[in-house]
Amino acid sequence: MKKQSPQIDIEKVAKLANLALKAEEKATFQKQLEEIINYVSQLGNIDTDNVEPIGHITGLENITRSDEAGPSLSQEDALLNAPKTHNGFFKVDAILEE
Amino acid sequence: MLDISDLTIEKAQKLIASKQIKALELTDAYFKRAVKLNPIINSFITITGDAARDQAKKIDDLIANKQPISPLAGIPIGIKDIFSTKGIKTTAASKVLEDYIPPYDATVVTKLKDANAVILGKTNLDAWAHGASGENSDFGAAKNPYDLERVPGGSSSGSASATAANQVLAATSTDTGGSTRQPASFCNVVGLKPTYGRVSRYGTVAMASSLDTMGHITKTIYDNALMLNTTAGYDPMDATSSTKKSEDYTKDIEKVPKGLKLGLPKEYIDGLDDKIKNVITSAAKKLEKLGVKIVEVSLPYTKYGVATYYIIQPAEVSSNLARYDGIRYGNKRDAFGPEAKRRIILGTFTLSAGYYDAYYLKAMKVRRLIRDDFINAFKEVDALICPVSPTLPFKLGEKASDPLSMYLADIYTVNINLAGVPALTVPAGFVDDPSTSSGQVLPVGMQIIGPDFSEKLLYQIGYAYEQETKWYETKPKL
Repeated sequence: MKKQSPQIDIEKVAKLANLALKAEEKATFQKQLEEIINYVSQLGNIDTDNVEPIGHITGLENITRSDEAGPSLSQEDALLNAPKTHNGFFKVDAILEE
Repeated sequence: MLDISDLTIEKAQKLIASKQIKALELTDAYFKRAVKLNPIINSFITITGDAARDQAKKIDDLIANKQPISPLAGIPIGIKDIFSTKGIKTTAASKVLEDYIPPYDATVVTKLKDANAVILGKTNLDAWAHGASGENSDFGAAKNPYDLERVPGGSSSGSASATAANQVLAATSTDTGGSTRQPASFCNVVGLKPTYGRVSRYGTVAMASSLDTMGHITKTIYDNALMLNTTAGYDPMDATSSTKKSEDYTKDIEKVPKGLKLGLPKEYIDGLDDKIKNVITSAAKKLEKLGVKIVEVSLPYTKYGVATYYIIQPAEVSSNLARYDGIRYGNKRDAFGPEAKRRIILGTFTLSAGYYDAYYLKAMKVRRLIRDDFINAFKEVDALICPVSPTLPFKLGEKASDPLSMYLADIYTVNINLAGVPALTVPAGFVDDPSTSSGQVLPVGMQIIGPDFSEKLLYQIGYAYEQETKWYETKPKL
């Protein structure tokens, strides 16, 4: 980690996160997030060369189950909260152009 | 009219089981109080009158038919509005889910329903459980029953305020970085953050999956143990839940193990506000009088907790909140409030190409060092006692504009989530704040922290202290 913490490219990150931000939000977040990043960057001072990152905190490993179908939500229940449906499917706007 | 002012789950269950009161009477009395106080405290997002009465009637039928009933049967409880409840709106206090009606119950809810608890409503919270004041709710902030101009803490703001105001006898809560313990401390109630994996996360709106734990808030320690008896246990629907057998947490609760040694971590005491420090040191003295040995211990990585937490948590938040696309359920992403957006952006940034190793991976390494601090301390002592919050309940609006200063106030709670260990907030007294408008004193809680799966020990220590002090008897003036 560099001493000088990086600038956040808000436009790019908002696009990655699929969030449409207003101009004033961008400005506020830019300032607030740089303060936060600057604060959390202190971890760069800790020597972690021989430290394994944490996995499951109390040590569970490789939890598997048999691949068997069981009772689940009905199609009707699963679609109950969908804003747009069509013939028992979720309906989405077209993403590919002709 | 039934007098409910001094009730606990323990007392109410005896009244119901011995047929001195009907479950329906109890539900009606709590429903009335919940409705009456909600305009003042705003502890509920939804109050479920008819469904609660139907459930209460069912329990009265069971009793009339001499069927065995569980200790929670007929007990009016609140469910934090982040646990899915089948057929009851579940908003996570966000406009994104303002009309969302889950088609299934969270495992905790299923277990409480199976125990015949009466769900009286869905309690308020900081939207998505992001916050430590309750002010991030998209449906208005909940208030502290001990001073209505102050915050009840968060994110389980409504669960703590509703329990303190006796609108319910208990409420479920979650704890990712202190969301159960800090509001419990601010509202003079008992709050448990169980060991990671002790209670199933299934069906609860996920915040940061490697840190999220499912807790609950009650007036007394005994009541808290009763709730855990119902909620604890392995759940095949949550692959991270522990297969370790849960215990009867109320059994032997009145016994303090002989030769008990508790640690006061110096990093949690040095620099602490004098008034809060007094509360913690007097609590330690009380415990010494009960025959407990108190020693100073050190958790050297404590100071890195907030930085580690505010990398890991927003990273996991950004990933979990990516599912809200407005296609299958919920509104579109522009309905997220500012705090959720801030955390999504922060997490997306630290996980983005070129930054993952420097932030998330680094933080997961430091997290091991923080966990090792606790493992090492528990080689010397059986449990730790320390403060919950560096401040008293603060005024509504006081900190809302400065996210970093709000995050820094999580200093005494986040390390416990990073370490995965259990911790219990126990009411520890009241101190006066010269600026209180009502002239009322404000509650301070202490935290008892133990090794993985030591919930039973935490209850025993908490119970011994509670019997000596009975702070729960000091009720808010409403």
